[in-house]
Amino acid sequence: MMGRLPIAKMLAATIALTVAISAVMVSINWDGKEASTAAPKIDDLLNVMIVLSSFVFSLVMVMLFYALYAFRAKPGDESDGEPIHGNTRLEVAWTLIPTIIVLFGAGYSWSVLHDIEKPAKDAMTVDVFSQQYAWSFGYPGKGNAYSQGELHVPVDRQVQFKMHALDVIHSFWVPEWRIKKDNVPGITTTAIVTPNRVGTYQLICTELCGFGHAAMRATVVVEPPAKFREWVAGLGEKIPAPYMETIKQDTETNPVPVGSGGA
Amino acid sequence: MIAAIKQPGWIRGALGALLGAAFGFALVVALRKASGLPAYQTEQTGYPQVVVSLVTGPLGFLLGFGCFDYWLRWAVGMPTIPEDHSQHGATSWRDYFRFNTDHKVIGIQYICTTFFFFFVGGLMAMLIRAELAQPGTQIVDAATFNSLFSTHAVLMIFVFVIPVFAGIANYVLPLMIGAPDMAFPRLNALSFWMLPLAGLLFIGSFLAPGGAFDAGWTGYAPLSTGAPLGQSFFNLGVQFAGASSIATALNFLVTIITMRAPGMTFWRMPLLVWANLSTSLLVVAATPFIAGAQFMVLFDRALHTNFFQFAGGGDVISYQHIFWFYSHPAVYIMMLPGFGIISEVISTHARKPIFGYRLMALALIGIVVLSYSVWAHHMFVAGMFSWLRVPMMITTLLIAVPTGIKIFSWLGTLYFGKIHTYSTAMLFALAFIVTFTIGGISGVMLGMVPIDIHVSDTYFIVAHIHFVLFGGSVFTIFAGIYHWFPKMTGRMYDERLGRVHFWGTLFGTWVTFIPMHWVGMDGMPRRVADYATQFGDWNLLISCGAFVLGACQLVFLYNMVVSWRFGPRAEANPWRAKTIEWQVSSPPPIFNFDEIPRVVGGPYEFGVPGARHAIMAGEGAEAPAPEPATVGTT
Repeated sequence: MMGRLPIAKMLAATIALTVAISAVMVSINWDGKEASTAAPKIDDLLNVMIVLSSFVFSLVMVMLFYALYAFRAKPGDESDGEPIHGNTRLEVAWTLIPTIIVLFGAGYSWSVLHDIEKPAKDAMTVDVFSQQYAWSFGYPGKGNAYSQGELHVPVDRQVQFKMHALDVIHSFWVPEWRIKKDNVPGITTTAIVTPNRVGTYQLICTELCGFGHAAMRATVVVEPPAKFREWVAGLGEKIPAPYMETIKQDTETNPVPVGSGGA
Repeated sequence: MIAAIKQPGWIRGALGALLGAAFGFALVVALRKASGLPAYQTEQTGYPQVVVSLVTGPLGFLLGFGCFDYWLRWAVGMPTIPEDHSQHGATSWRDYFRFNTDHKVIGIQYICTTFFFFFVGGLMAMLIRAELAQPGTQIVDAATFNSLFSTHAVLMIFVFVIPVFAGIANYVLPLMIGAPDMAFPRLNALSFWMLPLAGLLFIGSFLAPGGAFDAGWTGYAPLSTGAPLGQSFFNLGVQFAGASSIATALNFLVTIITMRAPGMTFWRMPLLVWANLSTSLLVVAATPFIAGAQFMVLFDRALHTNFFQFAGGGDVISYQHIFWFYSHPAVYIMMLPGFGIISEVISTHARKPIFGYRLMALALIGIVVLSYSVWAHHMFVAGMFSWLRVPMMITTLLIAVPTGIKIFSWLGTLYFGKIHTYSTAMLFALAFIVTFTIGGISGVMLGMVPIDIHVSDTYFIVAHIHFVLFGGSVFTIFAGIYHWFPKMTGRMYDERLGRVHFWGTLFGTWVTFIPMHWVGMDGMPRRVADYATQFGDWNLLISCGAFVLGACQLVFLYNMVVSWRFGPRAEANPWRAKTIEWQVSSPPPIFNFDEIPRVVGGPYEFGVPGARHAIMAGEGAEAPAPEPATVGTT
């Protein structure tokens, strides 16, 4: 049955289409500017997936359109097709090959995830407080300095954000960092980022939190360490006492499962 | 007048609704008075006098309308009304507005009701896109916008996609398996009549003080537990839609397992039957979880139970676990019946047996099993235990395998066939393969934790769900409606208008939902009434696409309504299909079969010399009925 199909030509068409689609898709910078060490790793994963997906998509398109071209009924042809009920080898192939592809994707993703979340020894901790519809930030390593609506971090140093929601769920997203984490009432969630590009970015709330959700933004400034120290020293406010209470009451999330030998 | 009140029907139903609501209201007020409290409570999450009325009012309607008449008489020992078949069949349009136990009437009632909600939800989508056509606020304010997209999603999911499949299967499935009706016809009617009540509760929430529910269709606590009264309408609407869904699924399970015609073994069931068997297995086990989640939210709101209130010792994230334990399987509840429809349409119009029939059925079962183990992929950034992410990622990616098997098997079915594309149903089925493949690919990407961290809760998600739910489910719904329209109405629809609808819908779907991937990855979050100006041009394009998409649905509506009334008469089997529903007249006789057919072979034996699927009444038993050597893999 397979012998009657122009398999070589179909395969060539699939590969040509894959190359064409991948070339266009990979050349486009989908996720925007990269400004953290995690960003290029995530974008690479995305590009690898784009190539694999282009192959799958091209294969489906070539199979579909060749069938429509070659097996279209002639006008007035009322006869039936050939009574082919299946082909075990083909069916095993299209069960196993996708399994291998997705397991490869899972392994790759796992390694990227492990990479981007590896804690560093000299990491700096920043507390994030979110409430309808504003962000504020505390710097526990800097005498509990506190700023509202503006987050500053030094460049090229890992920052561990400890997030606290004061009313409903909010979500912390800086697209250029490729990092997102929900802030959940009652627990402290953590996100790890190493910003590596000086600049000004936007912090966007991505969890629906009420009518002001769309406007819940803050400014993020990544700057050289000296400028950062100067800025923090200039902050007049301290983390308000009720917020300190929140930090104490929060339960930690992300516990390590029993018996796995620690983080 | 007295007679009208005694008879089950609309007058007694309206009276029942009124009395029910008044009873609920009076009960709360009396209990509060007796406890020394003020008669009315108007805390925005409370309003017990309204919430209880929203339960007792609809129940009063169902009682008055006659849904429980037979059972109640039986329960209290009164003589039951003997079945005189007055509740069967429809001779005029009025019969579709009555309590009717005929599965064919109920099927059409389901389809028309759900399409009504489809158009209401679609209108909301048009308003949403009008607001988003430009940055800034032009048409609705942010609070109304939140209500609009929440209600749009809820109408489309709970009272369109899920039940319209139940409607199509209601009509087709008993005929397909050679059964005279569903196993429990009265339960079937009750299931249907709960559905419009759910839809009315969702839409009615716009009248509540504080506006319609606005916490999204996901209704995450604690935003939902603190939201105005409209949220309670949602909590209760879901109960009616859910109860309807569960009862129908039980009905399908019993019907499929016990009422197949003699000779129809499991391996001779058409794939639509397999698909509904799998879907029903999902519904009966998963739907109670959303019912529970919404009751817990309602109790948190009205009774201060603190399931999800951190301050009261509750756990915020547990809502998401319970919600998604239903709502991920729900994605497959909204897709598996469509897979069944596509199999029927493609096999019939390619004049070929389904390629790998047994693997197709097993893939459905594989999806059912896997779909219970993937829910937390909606929660990769939610702050749940981080070690839960990798196992959930692996199961999520693996579920692409059975789905891929289905895509490749449909393609395999086309090979060496005689593909006819004159039917709009086939066009939608072929387009479904393309759009669903794209939706599946973006789904695999979303399953990967690092990519999901970036695109979660952005427009990429909106693009993905619309590709699978519109480009996927809704395309299969259109394929199904066009395919069985001649059977259901006895008339042919206009293929020319069908083509306009098809090409417009395909174009609209792509222009609307493809650019959403990009704006999402580039930094536009979902569920926002306003956005950064840099996304303005893309959003204008998306909105234009959406308006084209919306306008094309009016062509569909016109085609359906006019063809049902004036279309040319349909033959019994206009597509020359093999399954049993096509072997009876269009529309089928009131009791389906004079004599139960005998099944002698597989359902898709195109091109097999002398092969038969079923022998109908009146055909001599001497008719040659050679068993095909094997069905499925050879």
